[in-house]
Amino acid sequence: MSDGTADKNRSGGMAFWAVGAILLVVMPLLNILPPEDSWFHLSDFSLNRFGKFLAFGILALGLDLIWGYTGILSLGQGVFFGLGAYCMGMHLMLTIGKESVYGTEMPDFMVWNQVKELPLFWKPFYSFPVAVIGSILVPMAFALVFGFFAFRSRIKGVYFAIITQALALVAWLVFNRNDTNLGGTNGLTDFKQVIGYRLSEPSTQLVLYIITVLCLGASYLFCQWIIRSRAGRVLVAVRDSEKRVVFSGYTPANYKLFVFVVAAALAGLAGMLYAPQVGIITPAQIGVLPSLEMVIWVAVGGRASLAGAVLGAVSVNYGRSVLTNYFPELWPFILGGLFVLVVLLFPDGLIGMMRKAKSLLSRSKPDGGKPVVPAEKAAVLEGKR
Amino acid sequence: MGGNRLCLLRKLPCWRGSAEMAEQSSFQNSIIYLDGVTVDYDGFKALNNLTFMVDYKELRVVIGPNGAGKTTLLDVICGKTKAASGRVVFGRDVDLKGKHEDEIVALGIGRKFQAPSVYGFLSVWENLDLSLKRSSKGVFATLFGKSTADERVRIEKNLETIGLKDYAHTRAGSLSHGQKQWLEIGMVILQDPSLLLVDEPVAGMTDEETEQTGQLLQSLAEKQAIIVIEHDMEFVRQIARVVTVLHEGTVICEGSVEKVQADDRVREIYLGRQKVAH
Amino acid sequence: MMISLGRTVAALSLALFLFSGHSWSIAAEGAITAPPISSIEQALGQVASEDESVRSAAIRLLIEQGDVSLVPRLEEMRANASRSIRQAIKPLMDLLKNRAKLASPDSDVRRSAATDLGSSGNPSVIPWLDAARVNESNKWVRYTMEESVTLLKLASDDPSIIAAAAEKLGELGSQNGVPVLKQLVAAGAVAEATEQQKTVAMAAAAAIVRIESWGAWSNAIETLFRGISLSSILLIMSLGLAIVFGLMGVINMAHGELMMVGAYATFVTQQFFTAWFPSDMFDWYFPVALPVAFLAAAGSGFLLEATVIRFLYGRPLETMLATWGVSLVLMQAARVYFGDLTAVVAPGPLRGGMQVLVGVYLPYNRIFIIALSIICVLGIYFALFKSNLGLRVRAVTQNRNMSACLGIPTRKVDSYTFAFGSGLAGIAGWALTMVGNVDPGLGQNYIVDAFMVVVTGGVGKLAGTIVASLGIGGLNKLIEPSFGAVYGKVFILVMVILFLQWRPSGLFAMKGRNAD
Repeated sequence: MSDGTADKNRSGGMAFWAVGAILLVVMPLLNILPPEDSWFHLSDFSLNRFGKFLAFGILALGLDLIWGYTGILSLGQGVFFGLGAYCMGMHLMLTIGKESVYGTEMPDFMVWNQVKELPLFWKPFYSFPVAVIGSILVPMAFALVFGFFAFRSRIKGVYFAIITQALALVAWLVFNRNDTNLGGTNGLTDFKQVIGYRLSEPSTQLVLYIITVLCLGASYLFCQWIIRSRAGRVLVAVRDSEKRVVFSGYTPANYKLFVFVVAAALAGLAGMLYAPQVGIITPAQIGVLPSLEMVIWVAVGGRASLAGAVLGAVSVNYGRSVLTNYFPELWPFILGGLFVLVVLLFPDGLIGMMRKAKSLLSRSKPDGGKPVVPAEKAAVLEGKR
Repeated sequence: MGGNRLCLLRKLPCWRGSAEMAEQSSFQNSIIYLDGVTVDYDGFKALNNLTFMVDYKELRVVIGPNGAGKTTLLDVICGKTKAASGRVVFGRDVDLKGKHEDEIVALGIGRKFQAPSVYGFLSVWENLDLSLKRSSKGVFATLFGKSTADERVRIEKNLETIGLKDYAHTRAGSLSHGQKQWLEIGMVILQDPSLLLVDEPVAGMTDEETEQTGQLLQSLAEKQAIIVIEHDMEFVRQIARVVTVLHEGTVICEGSVEKVQADDRVREIYLGRQKVAH
Repeated sequence: MMISLGRTVAALSLALFLFSGHSWSIAAEGAITAPPISSIEQALGQVASEDESVRSAAIRLLIEQGDVSLVPRLEEMRANASRSIRQAIKPLMDLLKNRAKLASPDSDVRRSAATDLGSSGNPSVIPWLDAARVNESNKWVRYTMEESVTLLKLASDDPSIIAAAAEKLGELGSQNGVPVLKQLVAAGAVAEATEQQKTVAMAAAAAIVRIESWGAWSNAIETLFRGISLSSILLIMSLGLAIVFGLMGVINMAHGELMMVGAYATFVTQQFFTAWFPSDMFDWYFPVALPVAFLAAAGSGFLLEATVIRFLYGRPLETMLATWGVSLVLMQAARVYFGDLTAVVAPGPLRGGMQVLVGVYLPYNRIFIIALSIICVLGIYFALFKSNLGLRVRAVTQNRNMSACLGIPTRKVDSYTFAFGSGLAGIAGWALTMVGNVDPGLGQNYIVDAFMVVVTGGVGKLAGTIVASLGIGGLNKLIEPSFGAVYGKVFILVMVILFLQWRPSGLFAMKGRNAD
């Protein structure tokens, strides 16, 4: 398989394990070992927040597959994220049990809304495995049905973006309603425990963080495997010239559906990890704006680069949490400005800038040599579509 | 088979409609048979009750002035455009009407577009690898599939044929125009189609490249049927055995280059304007 | 709200008029012979009597013979009377006041007075209403007077009158009559009901059926009207979007915010008028705001095109993202500068509405928007098909390269068309101030629907946009009453996706070799 593929530089693999080691070993150790007042100490809050960003990174990987590599702009990823988060959230609600404000087995908001009996679709979520599997399978199933109809009729480009945006709007409206028994505007919150561990315990949060890192690593390798397979090249080919793909004997609709479903699964996984770490999931996280923000993560990090997607998700969210803290009024300006700036001036995002810097450095060396740009990465540099 | 066909054609006065020819020759021998096909673009008839056929292993050149319906003819065959009426039969009895483009490709029809259409962001090798004929081109087959040694050999050979051996790992987008044309031809060859549709293969090529392309097409025609659309009469003379002249969506003449060039109507509508057309 | 404001103003001026001590003579009263002063004076004396029978007799006499000039005196008596007496006098005063209002120059005041009298349950006011009806010029005031009279007749002792009144209410399609009619039906349904009660109940039941079936009709008509009105808003919004999309293949996600710019331009113009012009010129702010809104939005659009979109030519998805960023900035800028909630006061002629049928009330602002959308469509039609620029726009839409070869400055065409489309958004914003508040989220409320219109309508044909707005707006309002707005949206999304199965590039897709 490697014959055709322009050689991936080995340092990519090294960087993966290096970053993995930092995330998995160094960060938790910084949290546990140094005394709280030490300069090196990483607070529980910071670690937990970082775990949330890494969960977003998983979502960004999926979005990068579909947008960065396949060229399909989905403005509805928030919906799949929400479906995953709500599946896990429902389980967490049910495990609150008698600790709830009203002291009944029923979730508080149902008592408040005078729902007498637990709705049927809630019942499977008493089981933890169902919640875990459901938070991935439900978004996948949903994406499968939606994508089937969308791609079958060759809805593409701008049309697909608009349709998925409408999906995000509709999902937001539906989740906001009380009669869907999903907690309405307030969403699902006040979680107490997950499989018997208290969510308020730092150790539980630390384990959740580690699980998130592992999931992110696995997702990364999974996406990389797809990208490096022949199917991955078909995806790039679809972005490049869908017409040609058809005449090469492939059915683009199937590939698009595949990548859409994979992206939905990753978004669902991200949602599943998000709910227990953040402790609340509301419709505000799944609407039109959040879905668009997810796209900007990938754009900032660098399209068609898996590392870029994760980097973008983490950096934009970090910037957001810092800036909304100090200048809440300014954030929409910055976010809007980011949209414009990244698209206009930095289409390759942070990764692109890093690469450019690197190639400048290597060129200044006497034997700089020809920059080896793998086809798929060079794709980004062209910045087409 | 092809020889019989040519004799038959030569016996016919050139002005006679091809519908008549269709009646006289059995279309059982044809790889593609269009019967009374009409394509309507909002009132403009790009093809008008067109009847057209090509034999197995025949190299057919289709010429005609701009807007004659040449590209539409290919579009109808490969399913890109749907005919308003008429039949399109592939091989013995496969009706192409209502079939999707990918189904038609799977049946064994390959197409090279007018503007070179390659995957600019993939390497030359990857371009060829994706085009290679395989038993399944489904998502999971490509996800888990590995190249076999045999496939690699075929790609290597193909690279030699199209003269891009040194460019295997170059991004296709950075090739020259002529190289892209060749790459696309190489891609279509690897699909191993029984009918090859080629739209203006030598546009923008140097004389030498043009001649090489002609030789390539001729050698391909030993194994598969080819329909070539071309403007360049020099090139047509080089490769053509039978030429079909389209005008306003119908066949007005069919025969050898000499015959076609001798025809008054063809002179009038086409040859007189040939230089202008390009 | 406007109506009640108007009413309050009228009532106030009426009160002023009354307290200025003007003597009142009601034109319609001419027929009634003035009773001897003494009996009124006597009754006035007895109104405050502790003896209930004396008091009610006096009140009855005053209702029959008194007029509004007694109100100040009654007011005086109330001021130092006991609670029970105050309660007895209050309805009398209300009746007298409403009687006076029947002659008000404002038809809304007359109508509400008639409604009030009808619900007073006092049959002795029937002659007033009958008398007022003879000279009434407004059809709908006459209708209300008749309805009130009929309602009052239901309180009669005579079963035949009641039955006739019930039938009449059915004929009038009176929604106000339904509660009373239902009581009558209930009274006829009990075991101990008399034969007469049963007859009345039957008449009442028949009337209810009639009223309700008319109610269904009038609802349907109003729903249709609301649907068309929403469609018109969508249409004005989508026209600009669709033209730009057709020309440049670009969806401007900031279109909603350009609309918001138009709305704020209207608001600012209004503020300017309140600050600098005499109040009787206030209404003029609205027509003045039209060009202001158009130019403000067109100017913003022009800038947007020149600074952002121009550099993203051929990359429609990037354009979407960048324009979305612009929309965020614009929204936040409006929020910071104007705050969250500002409203525009509709100019006089657009306040209120007109009644066309029983139970069918069409607000002027909605009619205005429908008319505006028709004007916009006609205007765009002429601009596209009869003007030089329009010819160029169509040429570039159909074949950009060829047009460029023919010497059409495609960049300029893009730029002007984009500004024009943005100006249309401004006009939409101007019109939207008539139906809602001006707030930073204004554009967001409709924008997704407008996108759906563009997707469903396809590009290149005006008719596609028109049909798609009618379809989506109509469906929205059709589904809303029974399933709620949210499920209406769900339904429309599903419908649009299914529709695109059938027509992947919208209603009127361009065919031919340039189709993809």
